[in-house]
Amino acid sequence: MATLTKPKVNIKNHANTEQKSITETAATTKQNMNKKIVYDTKDLNLWYGETHALKDINLSIYEKEVTAIIGPSGCGKSTYLKTLNRMVELVPSVKTSGVITYKDKSILDKSFKVEDLRTRVGMVFQKPNPFPKSIYDNIAYGPKIHGIRNKKILDEIVEKSLRGASIWDEVKDRLKENAYGLSGGQQQRICIARCLAIEPDVILMDEPTSALDPKSTLRVEELIQELKKDYSIVIVTHNMQQAARISDRTAFFLNGEVVEYDETDTIFTNPADSRTEDYISGRFG
Amino acid sequence: MKYVDTNQVQKNMNSRLLKNNVLKSVFFLATIFGLIVLAVLIIRVIMQGASWINMDFLTNKLSTSPDRAGIMGAILGTFWLMVVVIPVTLILGVGTAIYLELYARKGRFQSFVQTNIANLAGVPSIVYGILGMTIFVRALDFGNVVLAGGLTMSLLVLPIIIVAAQESIRAVPQHLSEASYGMGATKWQTVKNIILPAALPGILTGSILSLSRAIGETAPLVVIGIPALLIPFPGGIMDRFTVLPMQIYYWTIDSSLVEEYANLAAATIIVLLVLLFLLNATAIVIRNKFQKRY
Repeated sequence: MATLTKPKVNIKNHANTEQKSITETAATTKQNMNKKIVYDTKDLNLWYGETHALKDINLSIYEKEVTAIIGPSGCGKSTYLKTLNRMVELVPSVKTSGVITYKDKSILDKSFKVEDLRTRVGMVFQKPNPFPKSIYDNIAYGPKIHGIRNKKILDEIVEKSLRGASIWDEVKDRLKENAYGLSGGQQQRICIARCLAIEPDVILMDEPTSALDPKSTLRVEELIQELKKDYSIVIVTHNMQQAARISDRTAFFLNGEVVEYDETDTIFTNPADSRTEDYISGRFG
Repeated sequence: MKYVDTNQVQKNMNSRLLKNNVLKSVFFLATIFGLIVLAVLIIRVIMQGASWINMDFLTNKLSTSPDRAGIMGAILGTFWLMVVVIPVTLILGVGTAIYLELYARKGRFQSFVQTNIANLAGVPSIVYGILGMTIFVRALDFGNVVLAGGLTMSLLVLPIIIVAAQESIRAVPQHLSEASYGMGATKWQTVKNIILPAALPGILTGSILSLSRAIGETAPLVVIGIPALLIPFPGGIMDRFTVLPMQIYYWTIDSSLVEEYANLAAATIIVLLVLLFLLNATAIVIRNKFQKRY
């Protein structure tokens, strides 16, 4: 797993030098004990007005893994994901209690700047949402808002990010064209590339393939496997097969609670809770 | 037993179709009514005034003698009025819309302001004239100059521009701004780079349409005291002025004294209509050109 099968562009080659080396990653594959925790959630509760949407969530998200969050509609899985980058605050009536730490910093404190958090934690949305701009400007948007003006550096970031999202070959000759001319699957990979351009550590994905056809879905899933080498990924999905295929760990949410959280293999072959079993075997949801 | 009786259906068929056709005609006539009125108006105005439009008429100063009278003064007055109205309404209107849509907390204050803007849009224009007279002409002592008239007109069209801008901002899909926030952009960066560019065509269209309202509006300027006969051309926003609709108004009421004034009024109406059609066409072009798919 750890030996690189093909030359890959490392988006983060000048960031996080103190982070794990490749050999260390090799040693820790499938050994949870040594995995570093990126996000630690302690007793998180969340209310939309009077609605208690998340109840006593305790969850640790590990570095360079794919963590899938599954559960029926309205179970709070998207809400939880949006809490991780505080996008949930765009809803005016939202209230939270409890603690989420991101790399040992408490992110729900008002003193923690959301702009800073969202620079380290990228997000890919359910519906491909490129900006009505050129492909180039879509990717360069993040770096630009963070103050990078140098055209050469921007060019490099754009190429790296598009390669990182394995869409470079498809769009390299049409960077100046509007991103809306691309297919849905391509648009979603543009959105992933746009997210890579800010060089985050974590990528949050909110049902990223639910608006895509099976072929595009497969491409995005392959891409997620590829990205896992450099990024920690949290993905909300409706599709249980998808969770089983691509994730290392799966959390099953129901009515705002975490029913079960374990390695994906365990969840899908030997779940501890009967509700998990009912859900994954398609008895409800 | 079948519930739908085929014979009964056949029997009713003719009356149903008749009703259908009658109503179709009613709707068509309703549409055609407006068109006919407009056509009559235009034809009459053209017949009365077209022969009076020539270069002299467009470029001459105003005169009591119909043969030498021109509307350059009124054209310049309208121009200077726009010089005041456009920046004032755009800055205040779009600024208010951005604040209300994107910054203001949804609460009592916001809905209070919102309600009042809607109410202001319905206030008769002559009331704005009285307001302008009180504040700009008297209290601030501008006198009846372009600045006073322009600020009064700005008050008049501001609610319309605010509402139009708010609607265009609201129409920008939320998923675009979410994508921007999701990358760590601040609110202002999102507004500047994502929301305003997407809302701009709508804002411009709304602004141009309300500007054409300002260009055609007369009542507030009557209250402010625009002179009936003004010879010198206005050269700036602190000069006394008249505008095209005022000119039409005075020529129309004086046409009982000098018959040709009616022709001059008709000729001025043609000029004003052309100007308004051009503005509306610009609005349509902008809307079509920048209309984006999301």
